[in-house]
Amino acid sequence: MVYENPDGVMIGLEIHIQLNKLKSKMFCGCSTDYHDAEPNTHTCPVCLGLPGALPVLNREVVKAAIKVGLALEGEIAEETQFHRKNYFYPDLPRGFQTTQYDYPIVSKGKVVIEGEDGEHEVGIWRAHMEDDPGRLVHIGSIAKSKGVMINYNRSGMPLIETVTAPDMRSPKEARRFLDKFRNILEYLGVFDGNLEGAMRMDANVSIGGGTRVEIKNISSHKGVEKALLYEIMRQKNVIRRGGEIVQETRHFDEARGVTMSMRTKEEAEDYRYFREPDLVPMRVSDWIPEIRKTLPELPDAKRARFMEQYGIADMHAKALTSSILLADFYEGVCEKSADPKTAATWAADVLLGELNYRDLVVASYDGVTLGCINDKDHEIVNSFKVDDMVELIALFTDGKISDKSAVEVIRTLLDSEEEKAPTQIVEEKGLFKAEDDLVTKAVSEAITENEAAVQDYLGGAEKSLNFLVGQVMKKTKGTADAKTARELLVKKLKG
Amino acid sequence: MSAKWMSVAEVKQQIKESSAEEVTAGYLETIEKSKINGYVTVSGRALEKAKKIDSEGHEGPLSGVPIAIKDNISVKGLPNSCGSRMLENYVPPFNAHVIEKLIEAGAVILGKTNMDEFAMGSSTESSYFGPALNPWDLERVPGGSSGGSAAVVAAGEAPFALGSDTGGSVRCPAAFCGVVGLKPTYGAVSRYGAVAYANSLEQIGPLANNVSDIAVLMDVIAGHDARDSTSVPEAKPDYQAALKDDIKGLKIGVPAEYFGEGINPEVGKAVWDAIHRCEDLGASWEEVSMPHTKYALASYYIIAMSEASSNLARFDGTRYGFRKEAENWHALISKTRAEGFGDEVKRRILIGTYALSAGYHDKYYLKALKVRTLVKQDFEKALSKVDVLMAPTMPNPAFKLGEKIEDPLALYLSDVNTVPINLAGVPSISVPCGFTKGLPVGLQIIGKPFDEPTLLRTAYTFEQNTDYHSKRPPEVV
Repeated sequence: MVYENPDGVMIGLEIHIQLNKLKSKMFCGCSTDYHDAEPNTHTCPVCLGLPGALPVLNREVVKAAIKVGLALEGEIAEETQFHRKNYFYPDLPRGFQTTQYDYPIVSKGKVVIEGEDGEHEVGIWRAHMEDDPGRLVHIGSIAKSKGVMINYNRSGMPLIETVTAPDMRSPKEARRFLDKFRNILEYLGVFDGNLEGAMRMDANVSIGGGTRVEIKNISSHKGVEKALLYEIMRQKNVIRRGGEIVQETRHFDEARGVTMSMRTKEEAEDYRYFREPDLVPMRVSDWIPEIRKTLPELPDAKRARFMEQYGIADMHAKALTSSILLADFYEGVCEKSADPKTAATWAADVLLGELNYRDLVVASYDGVTLGCINDKDHEIVNSFKVDDMVELIALFTDGKISDKSAVEVIRTLLDSEEEKAPTQIVEEKGLFKAEDDLVTKAVSEAITENEAAVQDYLGGAEKSLNFLVGQVMKKTKGTADAKTARELLVKKLKG
Repeated sequence: MSAKWMSVAEVKQQIKESSAEEVTAGYLETIEKSKINGYVTVSGRALEKAKKIDSEGHEGPLSGVPIAIKDNISVKGLPNSCGSRMLENYVPPFNAHVIEKLIEAGAVILGKTNMDEFAMGSSTESSYFGPALNPWDLERVPGGSSGGSAAVVAAGEAPFALGSDTGGSVRCPAAFCGVVGLKPTYGAVSRYGAVAYANSLEQIGPLANNVSDIAVLMDVIAGHDARDSTSVPEAKPDYQAALKDDIKGLKIGVPAEYFGEGINPEVGKAVWDAIHRCEDLGASWEEVSMPHTKYALASYYIIAMSEASSNLARFDGTRYGFRKEAENWHALISKTRAEGFGDEVKRRILIGTYALSAGYHDKYYLKALKVRTLVKQDFEKALSKVDVLMAPTMPNPAFKLGEKIEDPLALYLSDVNTVPINLAGVPSISVPCGFTKGLPVGLQIIGKPFDEPTLLRTAYTFEQNTDYHSKRPPEVV
């Protein structure tokens, strides 16, 4: 099947990621660990842009950028070159941003995503390094604010801006690209996407080969998908009414789900780019072989290895490798558990499902415990231990608990305030699988006590069997295996 | 005791005989009576620092020796106004690299010297604090932009000083005030802490009454600093070791382009006399061609102004310095800059902004960069045949206050012989080589990159065999 792309949608993305896992800022020694710090405590003359202070390029930023470039299968520049992008804004302490212009550190890369019609390649035009400005904090809402405060803790944070080719043909593909891209970067260990301001996106979209419209500053993958869906619909409506698409920059109002015009091409700013004289080119071509050696196994390779090594389904391998943390957790379980296939089911289907249900995402893994956060407060609010999963799998594979009970154990582990081992939970809740004679007894009782249902079933109403199974489960307080109960009922009734 | 015109060696001797406190007090006394407006700030801590050196002792090359610092070089705790209303009350919380080095060496900072606003000018008249005056004639400018530094050295208000040279800002006032001034090779001295005007062109440089003291200062301030990426990592030479009275066999190049029609004949004659004096001392000279010199001035101003338009963008009233309150941040930045900057600074920011704008970038900025490469090649070619080049530092002696300030173009033209050196990044020293109508004339000696030792040896030999450097201005004696 080939995706026809009926509206001729072309989507390109520009993604800013903050290299927040590096220790120091891009041009000074200030720590990047400012997220919980008091405002303006992670600053120095350099990142405050005091007169006379000079930038010194942090080599680790360049190494991280090269790492990203190699992971995106791009070409790496022979040396670093920086330009100034000049504009006034109160959060910009020097009146210019230091960025790369005509000689980016990475060019011509690619990312393969699961597209509308199978594997789909998205080209990466370039990825370059630049520094982050500070942050404006409005007192009250932006519109009614009486004043604004500036926090320069973020000023000088290293960013990588990646520009894709307009290769995505639907908002869904754009979102899949972003998921994959973020995942690759997290694998590289240079970036934690859960931190505030870690990833900011601009999307540009055109339909039917027409004029391109840019949507600026969207903060989530979901937001990009929604903004694009809205924008494509808007453009289609404009054309349907005989109108013309104007080249412009639009803003996405996340709350209302609409895009609004910010400025047209005529109002575009002139950034007066020129080479930054305070930085000298850094030769990096010799570094590449060494950096290549430090590249970790990336998501696609890990997914293939999981299928091969653990014999698990592609669906499970994909889910488990969708986060480096979850993948490591799974391998932690496999090391201690004899049954990787069962482990995959319980980790990928049940645990991940339960986390999604609770709006939790995996945010940390220390080799023992998986830490989860919710979208709102970015603090570890829940955790799950490797050993608990191992124990649970043993209980299940030994036939001591039913699958239903296992799910309940996982839920209890996630929701309980107290620290309890799975066995303890099973004991306290009386979840051990019922002995066979107990089930047989319950089956007999169910048949004698529900004459009407038995007659209906024998008369051809299959549904009535479900009712009888339910009665057995009720009598055994859920400890019976539903499949066994069904088999015993059929055997007894149909002889 | 009034301290005047002592060399560093003499200052040190004086400290030994009396005390650092007395020496510093002597200079402060001279400054107190000053007529030249050379200092913008006199340090209230100088005497205390000198006393501390007396009481605690200090083993350094400049223990207790006073020095004056141009007001665009950051000294922790002292205002760093850059001659501007914008930074009138800005006190840096850190020391420039050169200041750290001076403090380590035991120097006592007397104060901060007057300058053209943000180092933009050749007369010190664009200073928000009023012009510094030339000690040789109080109706004349001391040159610029490091006019205060040169004037206080010439007037005996400091034994030596630091300035900065973007297009001649050390050499021009040195020539006008009859002192020695060195613009080091780009990368020889860290710029960390010096407020940028045009960062690809400028260097901090010393000014003194004699060549030896220049070498003493260079030994202290030069060398690699990891905080300035353009500072070269190579080990610095021993500058004082270069002070030898010997230029036998030295090959001097004389670029005809530097003796063009704008050169005052008496200035030209003084410089030729100097070249012939060097010949007498065993050097030889030949004419060299530097064909792109005529384009250097235009190239320099476009590059300098373009960089300045970006370098000065940070002065927006948001974080420090002058601020004009307004109804929103657009207006705040706009009004702050309208009222905080003087006319010359605004002119250069506007021209620089224009030269970098889309549609003009290639025509002006890019073309200026290409010319810069050609000018640089002129120097490489010429200096492959000779050891040093000699030329007038300034085409004219010091002009009168107000004479050129209303005519920016005429003022720019006076930099014609100094700016090519900054475009090429090579070192250059200006030494006194004569007088015209009672005003000093400067000889410019230009060298190969990082060959300051040859420059210093040449300048030192010339000085040892002439007495121009020992003449003192009548106005302040």
